[in-house]
Parts: sequence; C-alpha cells; structure tokens
Amino acid sequence: MYRWLLCLRYLRTRYIALASIISVTLGVATMIVVNSVMAGFSAEMHERLHGLASDILIECYASGGMPDPDMHLREINKVCGDKIAGSSVSVHVPGMLGIEFNGQLMTRHVNLVGIDPKTYDTVSHFGRYLLHPDNQKQVDFLLRENGFGPDRDGFPESGWEYRRQKAAYDRAMQAEYARRRALISPPKPTTENGSDDSDSQGPSFAPSFSAELLASDIGLSSNEFDPATEQFPGIVLGISTCTTRMREDDNSVRDHFYCRPGDDVRMMFPNASDDTKVVNQKFTVVDMYESGMSEYDSTFAFVSLDRLQDFRGMVDPAKGTRSVTTIQLKLNDEADLNEVRDELRRRFPPELYAYNIQTWRDMQGPLLAAVRLETTILNILLFLIIAVAGFGILATFFMIVVEKTRDIGTLKALGASGSGVMSIFLTYGLLLGIVGSGVGLIGGLVFIHYINQIASGIEWITGQEVFDPTVYYFTEIPTIVDGFTLSWVVAGAVLIATTASVLPALRAARMHPVRALRFE
Amino acid sequence: MPSNSNDVVLSTVDLYKSYHKDRVEVPVLRGINVEIERGIVSALVGRSGSGKSTLMHLMATLDRPDRGEVYFCGRRIDNAPRASRDAYRNHDVGVIFQFYHLLPELSAIENVLAPVMIASSAWSYFFNRKEARLRAEKMLDRVGLLHRAKHKPCEMSGGEMQRAAIARALMTDPTLLLADEPTGNLDTETGQSILLLLEELNREDDLTIVMITHDDAIAEQADVCYRMQDGQLDSRPALFQVA
Repeated sequence: MYRWLLCLRYLRTRYIALASIISVTLGVATMIVVNSVMAGFSAEMHERLHGLASDILIECYASGGMPDPDMHLREINKVCGDKIAGSSVSVHVPGMLGIEFNGQLMTRHVNLVGIDPKTYDTVSHFGRYLLHPDNQKQVDFLLRENGFGPDRDGFPESGWEYRRQKAAYDRAMQAEYARRRALISPPKPTTENGSDDSDSQGPSFAPSFSAELLASDIGLSSNEFDPATEQFPGIVLGISTCTTRMREDDNSVRDHFYCRPGDDVRMMFPNASDDTKVVNQKFTVVDMYESGMSEYDSTFAFVSLDRLQDFRGMVDPAKGTRSVTTIQLKLNDEADLNEVRDELRRRFPPELYAYNIQTWRDMQGPLLAAVRLETTILNILLFLIIAVAGFGILATFFMIVVEKTRDIGTLKALGASGSGVMSIFLTYGLLLGIVGSGVGLIGGLVFIHYINQIASGIEWITGQEVFDPTVYYFTEIPTIVDGFTLSWVVAGAVLIATTASVLPALRAARMHPVRALRFE
Repeated sequence: MPSNSNDVVLSTVDLYKSYHKDRVEVPVLRGINVEIERGIVSALVGRSGSGKSTLMHLMATLDRPDRGEVYFCGRRIDNAPRASRDAYRNHDVGVIFQFYHLLPELSAIENVLAPVMIASSAWSYFFNRKEARLRAEKMLDRVGLLHRAKHKPCEMSGGEMQRAAIARALMTDPTLLLADEPTGNLDTETGQSILLLLEELNREDDLTIVMITHDDAIAEQADVCYRMQDGQLDSRPALFQVA
C-alpha cells in the first residue's frame, strides 16, 4: 500500500523526475506521429499502386504478343476461375510521344497501352483518374465537347470547343501567312529561299524537318482532314507526359500544358511484324490521366485496344483473332495473390512461354520494400531516443534514491522489506513511464488530428512548404492511427522507463538501514 | 543463555560488533549482556562513540552482530530470516529517533499509518482503512497531535514531529519501544514534555522502553540505567534501579 502512496506523492512533488520523462513523452509523441504519417503515406501509395496495377499481370514479351487471348483466358479460368473477379486484355508497347508545341516537336518516351474500355475498369481504377466526369464512368476515346477537370482551377479550355477555335485560328494564320508571303517576297527558288531564311532569323527554333515527313500513310490523310469537325483516334495521356508543374512568382503551383484535350499528338511505336517498322500515327488527346503516381503519370498513354491492334498489325488475317501482350486479372478479396500467381506459373511454365506472371506487389517490390525499410529504420532511431531518455531516468532515479536515503532507512526501520522498498522505485518508474507515454500518446494524437493545420502553421512561420506540391500529389497529409502501433509504442516506452528504474531500485533495496538512517 | 522468564522482553547475550574502516577493525561492542524486563524504562547512557546506538540497532535488528545473540521474548531474532526480522520491526518493536525520521511527503496521520500500510497489502489495507485511520487518530490524540493530523512534517515543530514519531511507533501496539536520543534535538522544555509522554505511556500502557541518552539527568529518570563505555557495560548496571 505504502508504495503506491509514496509513488503518487513522489510523482506530485518531484518535478525533476517529470522533467526527465519529457524526452519519453517527446519520443512517444514523435513515434506515434511518424508511424501514423508513414502508415498514411504507405497506405495511400499501396492504394494507388494497387489501383493502377491489377492484382495479377501476365505479360508476354514477344513483339507479336500472345495469340488468341480468349483461349488463354479459358485456360486461366480452368486453373483459378473461382478466384477471379475480373479480367482484361491489353497491348503494351513502348512508344515515343511527339507533341508539337510552339512549332517544335517535343518527344517523350511512353508506354503505349491499348485498353479495352469495357473491361479495363474491372481490373484497375483507370477511370477514376481521368479528368472528364463522363470519361470517369467509361472512356470511349471520343473527344468531349468541354467540361474537363471541373474541380481544377485554371485548367485550360479543352475539348471540341477548343479544337474548333484552334482550327479556325490556324486556318486564319495560314491564310495570313500566305497573303503576306505573296505581298513581301516574289517567288524564288526553294533552296535559296531556305538559306535566306536561316541567315536572317538566326538560330532556328523550328523543327529541322517537318513532322509531316515522318507521318506514315496509316490513318487519315491530312489533306482531306478537317480538324474542326474530325478527330484522330483518341488517346489518353498521362498528365506528366505533357505538362510541367512549376512554381509561379506568387508561390502558387501551376501545371503548364504542352497539349490538352483537343490537341493532336503523334505516337511512334513498333509494329508487330518480325521485320519491325515504326508506325507513326497521329492521335487526338481526348483526356488526361492523373493518378498521383509520377511513375505512371509520366510514362503512360492509353489508346483503344482495337485501334492499336489494327495499327500494329496484330490481327490474324486468316482467322481474324487478335493478339494481346498483357492479360490483367482482378482477384476476389479473399484470394491469395501469390498462390494464384504460382498456379498460373505452373500452367504457363517459363520454359515454354515467354510470359512474365507477377502480382502487383512483385512489380512494386523495390518501392514497397524501401518504404518498409524506411519505417523500420525510423522506428529503431526513435526508439533509441526513448532509450536515451531511459538513461536520463536512470540518472534522475539514482539522484532521487540518494536524496531519499534516510526515508529508505526509515521505511526499513518500520519493517519495510528490501523488495518493498525496491517496488516503490519500480512502481515510481512505471508510473512515470505511464504518465510520460500517456502525455506523449495524447500529444501525438492531438498532433495528428491537427497535422494539416500544424503543417500550414510551420509553413507560415518558416515560409517554406512542408509538403511541396510539385513533389507530392496530395493536398492533405495522410495519416492512419493504428491501435496496435500505439499500444506497442506506449508499452515499449513504459518498459524502458521501468527498466531504467531497476538499477536505482536495486540500490535502494540493498541499502543498509543503519547507514541509510545515518546518511547526512 | 537468556533467562526464560516471561518478564524479560529483550535480552542480548555476549554481543560483539565491530566496524571496518580501511582494513582497520574498530570494535564497537565488546560482549554486551543486557536483559530488558517488561514494563521497565531502561536508559542506555554513554559518551558518543561508546556503542549505545549500535546496541540499539542490534536490538531493533537493523544490523547484525558479529558474535552473540539477541532474544525477543525468548525467541532468537538476530539470525532470524529477513522476513521475520522485518515483521519484528514492524510489529513487535517501535523505534523513535533523534531526528524523528518522518517521511516528508506524508502528512502526520499518513506517517502514523505507515507501519500498517507496510504490514498489509494494498488490498487488505483498502478494506481495513477506516479501522486503521481511527487507530491512527487515536494515537495522534494520545500524543496530543490530533489537530496537526493533516500537516506535513515540514509544517511542524521539532517537538510535534517527535510526538508524531512516537504515535507512529505505537501504531502497531508494540511490546517494546526503542528510543534513540528522543530529546537530543529538542530544547530542554520540549524534551521534558516528550519524556513525560514516554513516562506516561510506560505507566498507563505498561510499555517497555529502552532509551538512549547521553544526558545523565534524563537517565536518572529511568527505572534502570546501563552505562556504556568503550563497547562494554559499566560494572555498575543498576545504578538508579528503583524497582
């Protein structure tokens, strides 16, 4: 009984001991905040990664892809049909995107994906990352009139409205150029004319050869094509392939668009024949895709599966079957991804099929592992902080034991046993640990609750953004408070505080009563 | 061997104790034989360093003799297990000190309750707390300190602190009260009142008291006086024996 009474009294009267557990408090609070934010980040990342990638991806590396995908799907259904919730076939092909911007051709390498709009949304969250609300339900690769990115400030005017204006403007410009050229300079031989131009204008910013020269004969000829009323096959571009995000003078962050829905872009990609040639095809941007994962946003471009198969020559002229390069599967929630993957690997052994069968975790393995490692290291470091706090408690407790020497003698003279005296200090350590980590727990939770306000407060004070929106894609800091994490952090801190009090408590227990009573 | 008489509360047989300082053995007690009879106030007188405090510590089992035996009511206690020595100190003997040794964090009544708290678990104390509190109040009342029950030691005078210490020593209704210079730190008048209180306790409750003092005037008021010199009892043990 006396140990509780004394502990509580010590707790109330020894402020130095409370000071010694401030580091425990801070350590606990930091660990809780860090773990919650890390968990929030990684959950956000998982969700995005998983949302973009289907559960299982079967890729074929052959340039012609896998023939007869229906047969493959039937086989897959035989192997694990009960676990499959959705499937979609697609064609993945590396390509080069060419965007005409200010008279120049900008090129980006992209993964051109031919998707089946009907089934693609059953395996991944494709639609929800598109900018047009109607496309979010189902994309049809036809340009919409307007209404892109309704929730975005400053999204440029896009769609048919924009396309018509642009076409009219281009036509007017061309007419004006033709008129002026006719007025100013009489016709000259073309070679002379070219050299004159480059001399008088200095270094040229124009493309060295016209984009028209690159154009293949597939698709519509530009001569008969009216951009005000017609469109090329639709393409959905990853937003980072055609934008750059920059900080303005007023410190706001804006996207600059090199092209927008309604513009035409050029795609160059290999065809599927053994004698590979480059297909150069114009597409009309019908929407943009922003998932928040820069890896995806900066490398993907989506077109309709049928059109891509046509362009690449993936249709068997005899049987009419169409080849694909990729089969994506969505599994039931309870299905074990690795198990299904292994079953499929047994059905399509790598010795016979040049297929790469992966789960989404396999694909993102390095990234997920890096985040896990980061979390582990952070936890170890922060726990070391609490351990350092433990030594502070140890030192403070030794001081308190020395200070309380006479009281320890008195207690022993009154019949308190060594273990009883020891338990006073152990209980004291325990209570300090509980108080310290309890305050830390509350502090940490409050911090998490107001983390966005605190972040903006810090921004206001330091004038520096905590989460740079040019780097991070979320406007709010994601946090997840996990009860299990909370309890082990608190339990660990309490354990450290109690462990730190063991040595001083042992010293108190072993104190000779007579020497303790005579202690000055 | 000690006499088996029921009248002897505490006896020591041939006690030896020495301290070691830098490998030099300093003998403190050199063969002490004392018999404390029930209901008697005994005084241990001697100069400082004569070993009287050490003797009292051995009597209270706060320390262990190098040689010799200590008996309480015919039961050997100096080599008893730790737990029974703790119980002996808690229950059978009350100790008061020159410097009171109250626990500064606790109020007077809590200090008085301390021995009961030490003896009982939190659980059993919780169920008997009213009873214990009543007894503590009674003890404080007995030493005339009930009005100070809620006060901390730092708010009390020396005399009051010593009274509180006496109340604490009496809390478990001990057979024997060991007092180590109870008036040593008090002015004459206050000291006298403490002595009167002890005398009254002896008279009314038949409490056996062993009191250490260096003051002959105080020793003279005792029933028996043992004079100590160089770790031995003076050859004239019962100088002031009255009974």
